[in-house]
Amino acid sequence: MTLLGEFCLWLALLLSAWALVLGFSGRWQDRPDLTASVRGAVFATFGALAVAALSLWKGLASHDFNIEYVAAYTSRNLPDGYIISALWAGQKGSLLFWAVVLSLFGALAQLLTPRRYDALMPYVAAVTSAVVAFFVCTMLFAANPFERLAFTPADGRGLNPQLQNPGMMIHPPMLYLGYISITIPFAFAIAALLSRGLDSGWIHAIRKWTLVSWLFLSIGITLGMWWAYVELGWGGYWAWDPVENASLLPWLTMTAFLHSVMIQEKRGMLKRWNLGLILGTFLLSIFGTFITRSGVIASVHSFTQSNVGYFFLGFLVVCGILSFTLLYTRWPTLRAEVQLESVVSREAAFLFNNLLLVGVAFSVLWGTLFPILSELVRGSKITVGPPFFNRVNVPLGLLLLALTGVGPLIAWRKASTSNLRRQFTGPVAAGVITAVGLLAAGVRGLYPVMALSLAGFVAGTIAQEFHRGVRARRRMHGESAPVAFGRLVARNRRRYGGYLVHAGVLIYFVAFSGMAFKREIEATLKPGDSATLKSPFGHTYTFTHVGVSQFEALNRIVSAATVQVAKDGKPQGLMSSEKRQHVDSFRRPTFEPSTEVAIRSNLQEDVYITYAGSIGGTEEAVYRFTINPLVWWVWFGGFVLAFGGLVTMWPGGGAVIPATAQRAPRPRLAEAGALTE
Amino acid sequence: MKAGHKFLLGASIIVVSVILLITQGVRETGVYFLTPSELAAKTSADPSFYDVGLKMGAKVVPGSVRRDPSNRQIDFEVSDGVRTYPVTYRGLVPDTFTDANDIEVIVEGRLGRDGVFRATEVLAKCGSRYEAAAEGKQA
Repeated sequence: MTLLGEFCLWLALLLSAWALVLGFSGRWQDRPDLTASVRGAVFATFGALAVAALSLWKGLASHDFNIEYVAAYTSRNLPDGYIISALWAGQKGSLLFWAVVLSLFGALAQLLTPRRYDALMPYVAAVTSAVVAFFVCTMLFAANPFERLAFTPADGRGLNPQLQNPGMMIHPPMLYLGYISITIPFAFAIAALLSRGLDSGWIHAIRKWTLVSWLFLSIGITLGMWWAYVELGWGGYWAWDPVENASLLPWLTMTAFLHSVMIQEKRGMLKRWNLGLILGTFLLSIFGTFITRSGVIASVHSFTQSNVGYFFLGFLVVCGILSFTLLYTRWPTLRAEVQLESVVSREAAFLFNNLLLVGVAFSVLWGTLFPILSELVRGSKITVGPPFFNRVNVPLGLLLLALTGVGPLIAWRKASTSNLRRQFTGPVAAGVITAVGLLAAGVRGLYPVMALSLAGFVAGTIAQEFHRGVRARRRMHGESAPVAFGRLVARNRRRYGGYLVHAGVLIYFVAFSGMAFKREIEATLKPGDSATLKSPFGHTYTFTHVGVSQFEALNRIVSAATVQVAKDGKPQGLMSSEKRQHVDSFRRPTFEPSTEVAIRSNLQEDVYITYAGSIGGTEEAVYRFTINPLVWWVWFGGFVLAFGGLVTMWPGGGAVIPATAQRAPRPRLAEAGALTE
Repeated sequence: MKAGHKFLLGASIIVVSVILLITQGVRETGVYFLTPSELAAKTSADPSFYDVGLKMGAKVVPGSVRRDPSNRQIDFEVSDGVRTYPVTYRGLVPDTFTDANDIEVIVEGRLGRDGVFRATEVLAKCGSRYEAAAEGKQA
């Protein structure tokens, strides 16, 4: 199987090189005879890489431990599901996963893009093939997943226990899908620059792709938070680790793009900025991959150091230089069609939102790179941690949250005083009432109170939009409220899907501010002893240590420490946190012991229990008890955000506005009472 | 004032505040990341460098770990092969912190004048074995 797999990698390299060379040169010289075979080569590249991935899966499934990758990431007693996810659990396999998905996306871009963009497609094929070729080269010359060992181990080392979690089966591929799909908008941007087709056509061609990669990144980041929360056991979901930051960076610039592109569609402004954002987002995704895989920045968990990092660094530099040089040469043709008319307008609100998003991205990038920068400049390494990121990003985030409410309501071009009064009286009142209510309820702390009040304001804007839309439909069509609501969203998916995304964002902010009120104690308890903790919502939790039990499960030896939980004196049942020692099929320990936390969640707060070990083999146990407020809302916010994203990109129903129709009146919107459009 | 100018004013306020937030943030929250030898060089060059918050990256000296579970205190030594410092820490250590060979740790805290490093946080990384997939943070 490895022979077939490796052969397929070489084949994919040849095919993608073919598409790269003929795509560029054929389209450059306008020779359809040269570009004719390019599409075929793109499809064939995907075929070859798919066969390569299948042969690695075959090796994993048949426990062929002579293959280094199989021995390093699986063992005989590994549950079947994790055999599938082992493909992306390690450096080499995830490169293969990346290449095969990218070639699939490249093929889909060729298949699904409407005919009117045919002039761009040879360039798009060439760019995606260049990126595929880079990944295949990295595998062939630095990290070959089909490498064989000189001997055959009796059993493999098994999968890292922290990756043996259902969330971990889908979290990396989601994030990868996000990272990978950014290549397609990037390819279109380069194609538009090369062919000088720099009207807004290419923007429409990539709308779906940018939404797809934004959606995958959002889901991937949220699942990553969930995995960190349940698996890493330190009691939170976001630690500003370099690897987390790397996933946030392209998300921020992509979010900025999704907003600024609306200005280009409506008003023909910001062409340079939009191109810059797409190029930057792609470079940040490669940068993130470089950080994760090179070990250049001390992240506590990252891939082992290897020269794969140099490949990515080189690729990053080459892509950066080429794409920004290209942008520079086309600079004069990218002049805006109109000027900004007023600073009190939707354009201006979006521009400020873009600056803030890019500012946040810049500060995160700066903080992540600071150890390297300070060592280069001053000769000594200085690190910044969560206090830095919170300090910089909380105020910027709050401003962004405020703009989330302002942007959708304020008029295009120039907002009149009556527009402002009509749109903002209700929402501002909602924000003020929230603030007063919070202060009256005894909530203190500048940032949390501001975050929650702004969330009240934004919730007011969203509720007002939905209410007005539904009311207009009910008047005009005599529909019942639920029907009107459903049709309102279905007929204006882009707009109301966007509001749902905003609702998800504000739920995130509410949940994040909850963490400011986290409570925690550590305790060493003998069976029968108990510890008490008061929650920010005023509940008193009592944890009574029951005992420590030992047992064996599928591929691990477990000691479980159990406490009886009581809330305000009422028993809530037992909760067990475990220490797991994973073993291979010969009962030899693999990896260090890992902790499995116990979590019980409700709408107010999570009870989060970490068993830290026992004293000298007795049943006296060391625990950390944490009360994490509002964590449930993080996952709910992620769900709302993803759902809103899906609504926005669902086919039909005005989700895509053809280039020709974009400035024509849109009767459906007017009919729905879309007065601010 | 024209709209473009007003916008530029707003934009420069945002840009300046981002820069101010970053530089202030670095000044007030940034900490040195040193190896034991670099720390020794710093303290001998500048005696006021004691009791300054910093991070130190080094390897745990095998066999030096003494745990007192009753009050969750852990004492151990870290070294980069040149300089060795005793470290004392109270709290829960991550699963990856063991007494085995080649455990790399990052300890955050202060070096006292008595030469003992009082850690407020201990992060451990197993150099040879940690091949997590995409993700990670302190355990």
